[in-house]
Amino acid sequence: MRRTRITAAIAAITVATAALTACGGGTATGNGGNKSPKTLTYWASNQGKNLDDDKQKLTPELQKFEKQTGIHVKLEVVGWPDLLNRILTAASSGQGPDVLNIGNTWSASLQATGALLPFDDGNFNAIGGKQRFVASALGSTGAAGKDPAAVPLYSLAYGLYYNKKLFKDAGIANPPATWSELITDGKKLTGGGKYGLAIEGANNAENIHHAYIFAKQHGGDFFDAAGNPTFTSPGAVAGVKQFVDFMASDKITAAGDAEYAQNQSLEDFAKGKAGMLLWQAAGVQLAQRGMKADDWGIAPVPVQSGAPGQGTQVDTMVAGINLAVFKNTQNRDGALKFVKFMTSDEEQKILNGKYGSIPPVTSAQSDPQFSNPEQTVLRQGLAKSAVALPQVAKESQFEDVVGPALKDLFADAAAGRPVTDDSVRKRLEKAQQQMAG
Amino acid sequence: MAATTSATAPSREDGSLPGSARGRKKPRRSYSVGRGAVPYLLVLPAILMELLIHLVPMVVGVVMSFKELTQFYIRNWGQAPGAGLRNYRVVVDVNGAVGSALLHSFLITCAFAVLAVGFSWLLGITGAILMQDTFRGRGFLRALFMTPYALPVYASVIIWAFMLQHDNGLVNHVLHDQLHLTSKPAFWLIGGNSFISVVVVSVWRNWPFALLVIMAGLQNIPDELYEASAIDGAGIWQQIRRITMPSLRPINRVLVLVLFLWTFNDFNVPYVLFGQSAPPAGDLISVHIYQASFHTWNFGSGSAMSVLMLLFLLVVTAAYLAVTSLSNRRSNA
Repeated sequence: MRRTRITAAIAAITVATAALTACGGGTATGNGGNKSPKTLTYWASNQGKNLDDDKQKLTPELQKFEKQTGIHVKLEVVGWPDLLNRILTAASSGQGPDVLNIGNTWSASLQATGALLPFDDGNFNAIGGKQRFVASALGSTGAAGKDPAAVPLYSLAYGLYYNKKLFKDAGIANPPATWSELITDGKKLTGGGKYGLAIEGANNAENIHHAYIFAKQHGGDFFDAAGNPTFTSPGAVAGVKQFVDFMASDKITAAGDAEYAQNQSLEDFAKGKAGMLLWQAAGVQLAQRGMKADDWGIAPVPVQSGAPGQGTQVDTMVAGINLAVFKNTQNRDGALKFVKFMTSDEEQKILNGKYGSIPPVTSAQSDPQFSNPEQTVLRQGLAKSAVALPQVAKESQFEDVVGPALKDLFADAAAGRPVTDDSVRKRLEKAQQQMAG
Repeated sequence: MAATTSATAPSREDGSLPGSARGRKKPRRSYSVGRGAVPYLLVLPAILMELLIHLVPMVVGVVMSFKELTQFYIRNWGQAPGAGLRNYRVVVDVNGAVGSALLHSFLITCAFAVLAVGFSWLLGITGAILMQDTFRGRGFLRALFMTPYALPVYASVIIWAFMLQHDNGLVNHVLHDQLHLTSKPAFWLIGGNSFISVVVVSVWRNWPFALLVIMAGLQNIPDELYEASAIDGAGIWQQIRRITMPSLRPINRVLVLVLFLWTFNDFNVPYVLFGQSAPPAGDLISVHIYQASFHTWNFGSGSAMSVLMLLFLLVVTAAYLAVTSLSNRRSNA
């Protein structure tokens, strides 16, 4: 019968396909090469207002690269909530981009997976040398004593942004330099639907950045020298509590901020609903949200007392974006060429100018466009009072377990439940146990 | 089907049209396949696809659950060292952090599934019975009630997330600003209320399915039954209790099971509603497992949790089918 024969044919084809697919699964252990020298896939992180904004900012530069080298770059901008998962999936399947942006705090974790091309001397030479980069930025590219897993692309630091008009109305002459001053000023600003300080209370990354700095200022840390978690150390507990207390007991932060995870705090600050904001290079994004450059000022992030510096006087993390090459790339030479292009003086000036970040390349940093008041504060913070987040393999898990812990504590504060040393320690203890699991 | 009879006929030349066989009940076979093999050949593609799409990932998951698949091995997980039963021991140890969190999530999920299925079914059957008789606008109402089911999950749940926001959400605007039911605006996406939120959104999404299935079931109940019972003096409640519900029994049996499995497993609704970290009160198990794997980058223990969930659902399904078929037999006897 014809029909049976067709069925048999379909069955045969299916078997063949199934067999092929099964074999095609492959491992992720290949070490790349140069089999497809004409194209590159690039995963960019979301640095602009939205994914489209990034596309518009990057595309002209990628076209320039294509003109210079003949290599076509396929760009995909990946949002922050997806980026780490996408990278993990790529690492486990071996199917990923050739070049990618990573949050610089993930460097050591991703380094441990072995999915990224180490920048040994040879690879550094191919992109113009290690000495081109600022030392503090290189401190956040992987575990100490190993070849960096990535190179710095954009450097960022936290600053205290304040609304000049609200400050004037409240009779505050200067931005606060210590946290107790910030609380006093915050209370003056709070009232009539407005609040002193906007916080991104449900955003894991923002939460742990602040938690880490606060812990450092209390002489604590989230990891010991051996890279083991110490989330319940007295300094860490005190630091986290001080941060959550802005909402819980100082009441200078709106309860609604406990829910914020999509930059609503930036929005609130731009709209004048909050007088202060701790953010990384917010200038460009504030302008995109309709806030005029004259309406806001910037100051270094407060400390407990005295002036920002090292040790317990740190006031910002070494924030930023690193550029990494996927070890499985089929166009390693092209990928390195692309890294060289992106870290060249010219591109560093253009890209960091577009995003309002600081070039981690020494020779590009001296450009006058990075000397405006905002960049000056951020640059000085990076140079003098910045600390890198722990460069340990478990860092990204730290973000993923401590971030939700802070979200829960903010939820308690928002609901009016007391936030005590004890409740903070218990929640952090739970987070630490999750790390062990 | 010609294929099932082909083996009885003597083989002939290839050229004859299949159409000519029709009516003569003497189809030929064009090549020799044992009579028994043909049905198996026919289902072979389906089985292969089923293996490929469902069973292979499941087996891989089971294998992973016995491995120590952490960040150091995800790039080459063939080399991940075996973990024996360690992953399982960690996730069922209810005194440890991981185990107690899983147990908490499991209990939340059970409560969630029972409530969500209960309300979906109740709304579905109420709607279906009310719309059983024809009236003006019935078609429109049916279409309207179907929309939540037809909308893409992401789009509809993200709208719910907007509506449930503390500061600018529609829900607080209505409950607090307009009706003054609450003394201050409530949080719906964090804290204890998040459980209510996820149940409401899940019911909103799933009840149209219950409605659809029950409406189809109602069509099969002959009108004569209702007419006869009306003549005998039965009221509407009696008709529902004595005619509608017993006639719907087989439909309900499948419907409740399917709804339970879907809600218990539901990933989209809580994930889109709560984002990257679910609040403890809305910590449903599928999202919990996902987050537990990604939080610790320990895909071995994540797989172990998945396997346990699979086993639980298998047991529940088997028990449910056994109990319902038992009561079915009893009621038929």
